[in-house]
Amino acid sequence: MTYLKGALAWLVDPAHWGGAGGIWVRLGQHLLTTALVVGVAALISLPVGIIVGHTRRGSSAVGAIAGAARAVPTLGLLTLFALALGIGLTGPVMALVVLAIPSALAGAYAGIQAVDPAIGEAARAMGMSEARIVWQVEIPLGAPVIIGGIRAATLQVVATATLAAYVADNGLGRYLFIGLKTRDYAQMLAGALLVIALALILEAVLAALQRVVRTHVTAPGTARRTQTHT
Amino acid sequence: MKWLSANWHQIPALIGDHMTLCVPAILLSILIAVPIGRLAHRHRLVGGPLLGFAALLYAIPALPLLIVIPVVFGIPLRSMATMVVALTVYGVALLVRTAADAFAAVDRDVHDAALAVGHSPTSVFWRVDLPLAVPVLVSGIRVMTVSTVSLVTIGALIGQSGLGVLLTDGFQRGIAAEVATGVILTVVVALLLDAVVIGLGRIATPWIRAGRAGRRQAVPS
Repeated sequence: MTYLKGALAWLVDPAHWGGAGGIWVRLGQHLLTTALVVGVAALISLPVGIIVGHTRRGSSAVGAIAGAARAVPTLGLLTLFALALGIGLTGPVMALVVLAIPSALAGAYAGIQAVDPAIGEAARAMGMSEARIVWQVEIPLGAPVIIGGIRAATLQVVATATLAAYVADNGLGRYLFIGLKTRDYAQMLAGALLVIALALILEAVLAALQRVVRTHVTAPGTARRTQTHT
Repeated sequence: MKWLSANWHQIPALIGDHMTLCVPAILLSILIAVPIGRLAHRHRLVGGPLLGFAALLYAIPALPLLIVIPVVFGIPLRSMATMVVALTVYGVALLVRTAADAFAAVDRDVHDAALAVGHSPTSVFWRVDLPLAVPVLVSGIRVMTVSTVSLVTIGALIGQSGLGVLLTDGFQRGIAAEVATGVILTVVVALLLDAVVIGLGRIATPWIRAGRAGRRQAVPS
């Protein structure tokens, strides 16, 4: 309990919020890194996942990548990239992108592949082009699962961006490593609580986004129907 | 390679430390998650919030969790207990949903038939529901095992010995070969334990192989 009090005292101290190493700056770095990494990972994995899901070719390769990725220690990838690319953000950002791809890829592929093939066939029979089937049928129907993949990737990146502070001066993870080094448990615990709060808030926001997409994009008819019933 | 040939002698001890942390956590996760999964499957009203809470626990990043656990449980930060508790929290959070799915996958009619022929509810659980849930459970345990083995490496950041030491030590001394060795060995340990889980799953479900062999013999070549 005394530790918790120390951490809370550290958190409410206004001196820790402002300035170059302050909480606002660290939080901004953490969010910016996460957004950049998830954006790049999505740009790479969504098209590939959607193509694999649509053609149903290469699915075993996607499964193998997603499975093998779980076995690779994130800390190992971070330190390897940092050693190879030197001081700075390039190494950690590239490692984080590599770590985010399997979740996003698996989600995109699973979302498209789970769409009933008969629906695609029906769209084809009506004369829709393959591109239109993907854009107007498969992506809307698979959207909740696709966003689920992005959600998993985001959580992975927020968590690993904390570890990235081990190799680069970036993000909320710095408080944990400064605290560990100087045996300042209050600072360490305060940093840990900040990261946990950030992760849980992002989790809640993305879960809400997933629900909105499910009711408004994937099955807008069902939402309207329940409205007329009540 | 030069690093490996000069330092291979410390590797068995590190693998041993790694195992000492992950094996108890994996076993504890199974022991805790299976009854919770069963509860979530049987009582939907409790099940929904329970599975939601598990998903939330899994959303907590690993290193912050390691730092918070000593405060919650009153144990020292640099201790085996902190690591095992953290790994178990993740293991349970990851396994609970699959455990619930595993019991849901058991044919309702088989369950009812076992009750009808006079099995007690306890006996139905141990002799019917649990064995029939094994195939789906094994798929979840495999995912949990692999992720636990890889997560142990984070322990090196708070001074816990294991293969993660190769990652932190290699980074601090700028020896990429040492880090690479740590990464590869972690993956190898994960795959080995994964193979053990698959093997134990096969032993626990002898009827699956018998069924396959039976079908193969039945088909005329």
